[in-house]
Amino acid sequence: MVDSSSIDVLQPVLILLPMHDFIEIPLVKKFKFLKAFEAEEGRDQFLEKHAEIIKVILCTGFTPVNAETISKLPRLECVIAVSTGVNLIDLDACRERSVRVTNAGTAYSEDTADYGVGLLMDVCRRISAADSFVRQGLWSANRDCPYFGSSLGGKRVGMIGLGNIGASIAKKVASFGCEMSYTTRSQKETVPYKYYPTVLELASNNDVLVVCCALTKETTHIVNRDVMLALGKEGVVINIGRGPLIDEKELVKCLLNGEIKGAGMDVFENEPEVPKEFYGMDNVVLSPHSAPLTPESLENVVELSIANLNNVFAKRPLLSVVV
Amino acid sequence: MENLGVLLTTPMNAYLEEQLNQRCKLFRLWDAPEEDQTGFLTAHADSIGAVVGDTKIGADAKIIALLPKLEIVSSFSVGLDKIDLQVCREKGISVTNTPDVLTDDVADLTIGLVLTTMRQICVSNRFVRSGAWKNNDSLRLTTRFSGKRVGILGLGRIGMAIAKRSKAFGCSIYYHSRSEKPETGYTYYSNLLDMATNSDVLIVACPLTEETHHIINRQVINALGSKGVLINIGRGPLVDEPELVAALLDGRLGGAGLDVFENEPEAPKELFGLDNVVLLPHIGSSTWETCKVMADLVLKNLEAHALGKPLLTPVSLPCK
Repeated sequence: MVDSSSIDVLQPVLILLPMHDFIEIPLVKKFKFLKAFEAEEGRDQFLEKHAEIIKVILCTGFTPVNAETISKLPRLECVIAVSTGVNLIDLDACRERSVRVTNAGTAYSEDTADYGVGLLMDVCRRISAADSFVRQGLWSANRDCPYFGSSLGGKRVGMIGLGNIGASIAKKVASFGCEMSYTTRSQKETVPYKYYPTVLELASNNDVLVVCCALTKETTHIVNRDVMLALGKEGVVINIGRGPLIDEKELVKCLLNGEIKGAGMDVFENEPEVPKEFYGMDNVVLSPHSAPLTPESLENVVELSIANLNNVFAKRPLLSVVV
Repeated sequence: MENLGVLLTTPMNAYLEEQLNQRCKLFRLWDAPEEDQTGFLTAHADSIGAVVGDTKIGADAKIIALLPKLEIVSSFSVGLDKIDLQVCREKGISVTNTPDVLTDDVADLTIGLVLTTMRQICVSNRFVRSGAWKNNDSLRLTTRFSGKRVGILGLGRIGMAIAKRSKAFGCSIYYHSRSEKPETGYTYYSNLLDMATNSDVLIVACPLTEETHHIINRQVINALGSKGVLINIGRGPLVDEPELVAALLDGRLGGAGLDVFENEPEAPKELFGLDNVVLLPHIGSSTWETCKVMADLVLKNLEAHALGKPLLTPVSLPCK
């Protein structure tokens, strides 16, 4: 039996869309989840009913938090995202209302970086294609595997974005003997890699592009047709950031026309929709936005979220603040 | 070397075949019907002075016995397990291989196997292509690699290159080999079982010899355990494959990434349906760049032999 009086003691947290069990289960013991998506009276009514007690929204990277929602919550102090990307949160509206926004910080960096390296390796060395060749029984039938890879050693790999994830990928990929370079808004003094001020210059001087910057208005379609053509026929694109960083329609065309060589993507423009043209290509590796998902990462983010929720209610400074 | 008769054992590399065809007298073993290779070799025995073999068909005692004029075996591989080195030594036949040139490719692929196995990237790729993402919860937890304990069996050139890469992932590096290599700074285990017990990932990177045959047996697999991952990029017979299959099916082993198998080109069908394995058709060194370098090395060794010059990458043959 759950003692209802003890639940009342738990501080309320607004949840707009379902969270995964990995996150919900450890948190729901410590806070009172107000689930707007389960409200019988409908979301707007639900928000109105609880407006006076809601100080904090907890959300995933797949949850839009728009200006309208924020305007309905006069006591809102903070939006806590359990994701790295906060592109679905209206940051301007938050700033206007002095609502703070926090994200997952470095909780996922290591695993996302590992996954990015894995995608890069898979595309260059044809691992997924060769694995399905074996599983389909084609190896014993044909003997010779048609999937020939390309050596990593000496390849020029350009990073779009060099935050926690980008820096970790760069360090790992450098161990394969690749030549690293990057582009960011401003050059980083302490970084040993070559800097290019524009994405186009980066693409012209590299064999592989790894996209791992934040998605903003400015970075939407940062990898467009011109960038892919500059990368060229032998070029490979890896996207571990957010789908809209790449112009997906143009990527499909470039791959179909052989204007670039291959791609590895954990993210897409309209998830969970994936352009069907990709399904028939053995030079692309597709993944359902699962780069950060390990028990270790989720433990990190649960710990950080609990700390930040407690900080909100105790009026202590927040961790991993975005706005 | 236009007078040198060269037996190519398999269609291993188009560029090498074309070069040999232009520069030597080329005999393709696969031109002969499988049941009459002996007849083919006997018919050309007087012309064949060199064998170019690979990881599939090399120069075993039977082939060598049929080729009395054989002077050199120039292998398009690092491994020498398909060449009867003892017979070569007795008959004064030189042997060359292609060391070093594929070290980096094999070490890279090893890390690729580790990441695709632990993070289940091939599974994700199949999942998205099946169209299931739309209908399904995609959140599936997989295993972290960075920072884990990596045990390397065999710390030769390839083992060292794997260690260097694993280090960039913040891993602890352990190794087991015949002798300790204190200069490396990595942790030595004189006992393979102890290393397996203490490793999250066990990477098999030693040569195949009589002593190392089935070195990964039931005990080692059990010591690695239900959360452990086995990676084999060495040779198939280093692992007792039926034991490996049983352990994976029983859940006694966490996962496996395999580039080599006991009976290539056969891989155990029982594994085809498993998500915690990655199965590759021996492509550790299969890159355009490396195969070109290997082919050039085979050609240069043959050329040096034809000109009576020192061989570039001779193999020292075992004393009796």
